[in-house]
Amino acid sequence: MKTAVDTDVIMISPEQKKNKRKKGKTILLFVLPALLVYSIFILYPIIATFNYSMYNWNGVQAQKTFIGLENYFTLFSDSTFWQALQNNMLLVLVSVFVQIPLGLIMALVLFSPIMGKKFLNVIFFLPYLMSTVAIGLLWIFMYDPINGPVNQIVQLFGFNAIPWLADKNTAMIAILIVVIWQFSPFYMILFKAAMVGIPDELYEAASIDGANELQKFFYVTLPALIPTFVTSSILAIVGSLKAFDIFYIMTGGGPGGATEILGTYMYKQGFINFSMGYASTIAAVMFLIAFACVIIIQVIEYQRKKRGLFS
Amino acid sequence: MKPLQLIKRILLYVLAISLLIFTFYPFMYMIGTSFKSMSEFFVNPYSIFPELFTIEHYFSVFDMGLSNYFLNSMIITTSAVVITVMIASLASYPLSRMKFRLNRPLFLLFVAGMMLPIHATLIPIFVLTQGMGVYDTLLALLGPYVAFSLPISIFILTQFMQEIPKELEEAAQLDGANHWKIFWKVIFPNIVPAISTIVIYNFVFLWTEFIFALILITSPSNMTLPLGLQNFYGEFMINVPGLMAALTLASLPVLLLFILAQERVVKGLTGGAVKG
Repeated sequence: MKTAVDTDVIMISPEQKKNKRKKGKTILLFVLPALLVYSIFILYPIIATFNYSMYNWNGVQAQKTFIGLENYFTLFSDSTFWQALQNNMLLVLVSVFVQIPLGLIMALVLFSPIMGKKFLNVIFFLPYLMSTVAIGLLWIFMYDPINGPVNQIVQLFGFNAIPWLADKNTAMIAILIVVIWQFSPFYMILFKAAMVGIPDELYEAASIDGANELQKFFYVTLPALIPTFVTSSILAIVGSLKAFDIFYIMTGGGPGGATEILGTYMYKQGFINFSMGYASTIAAVMFLIAFACVIIIQVIEYQRKKRGLFS
Repeated sequence: MKPLQLIKRILLYVLAISLLIFTFYPFMYMIGTSFKSMSEFFVNPYSIFPELFTIEHYFSVFDMGLSNYFLNSMIITTSAVVITVMIASLASYPLSRMKFRLNRPLFLLFVAGMMLPIHATLIPIFVLTQGMGVYDTLLALLGPYVAFSLPISIFILTQFMQEIPKELEEAAQLDGANHWKIFWKVIFPNIVPAISTIVIYNFVFLWTEFIFALILITSPSNMTLPLGLQNFYGEFMINVPGLMAALTLASLPVLLLFILAQERVVKGLTGGAVKG
């Protein structure tokens, strides 16, 4: 790579100075529209969220009372917050240990000698294309205690019908099944893309060495997929903090906070209870958690690349 | 076939069919139910194929305002996607092809938006929207929609632009073209595949966007499709076939897009993830 001559010269002639200014102006013109929109609707709001988080404010009246970090102290002794955080973490665990493996299994099925692959390929991917709101509403009726097909199956096995979404013990499981249904296809696609990239020679070499199917999977396929596992896990962690729609639609966080997540709790505090200050505190903490996750992931990534692990 | 191989075959098919039922049954339930009459639904709610197909629900949901939600979603999605493509490609040009001191920090600033929880911006955007006097109009959604489409768009476009050979640009420079001309005559025609990728990604993302619509729109006449569906749910508690017809219609555009351009859609939806 050549060095940036135009920025590091020792002697700058007026001509070069003019050129440099002109170049700066050109760059600015190209970047400005995007930067403006980004600053107004993303950067400023994040700063404002941190600012609001230090006020007692209902969002409707102009009057705000500065209370410093009081909202944060309240939050840390708020059991609903901890419950919500716990549910978010459960979401991460389910993504990493259920969705990602299920996505891998789907991809493996599509790579095996099986009839109707094209058809399966389309069908497996369908859930990921639907809007979460539509999915939520559809599954509310799937889980309907009287007319829902899920309970039909439950009764087929001789059990009593379960009020899935209304029962504290089953609501979270019920939603997690929907989340698995919706997002496994996404990981399937990632794995498929990675599997296409594994060179055939590796399998041929393994065959010559006398490896059976299982050995080929463990010694060729799986190691080649490790970067995809890493990417998938990162997406799962970051994505779970953004979750909102499905929980809001299906249970609104209930019953009794059993399916509360940070997103629904923040929404409720801000737009239903009109505690905008407190809601901002929850939002600020969500931002900080996401930020911390990204930093940790970056550090791990850096270490991994440095040591050449998994890559 | 050897017995062991046969067992393996059978296991594979059992697995494939279980997965097929798990993913496909809810769809079939949705579509099947949407063609049932109310009385048939109550008599036989589980069957996938109705005894008597009826399409009355498809007409009734349109009468009840679904067409209005459709139109709103079309307008806001299309305008946000067009603006995003324009300003994201403009910004990606210097970020990918010019050297300046703030290049890397600016790029990282934009791309960091991908990791952001949307919730961290909701309340200020709600306040801002009211201050601008656009609260409860479609226009309120435009700013946030474009802003949240920018990170992935810039990420994909810059990666793509870096691949364009330097010689093309230099040739244009020798012909006396300025950056503006180079952008339009050299860069833009070369990034069409990347643009189709971000159009698809953003279209699907915005077509299904819910939380901004939820906090910024309250009048049914201004609601987008996801918000409208949720509004429908209240009215349709009993008319399950009607609601299923609405859900089917709402999913149709993205499903059609997928059937027409499968590979592009997959590329679009997985965006930068595969490369990461």
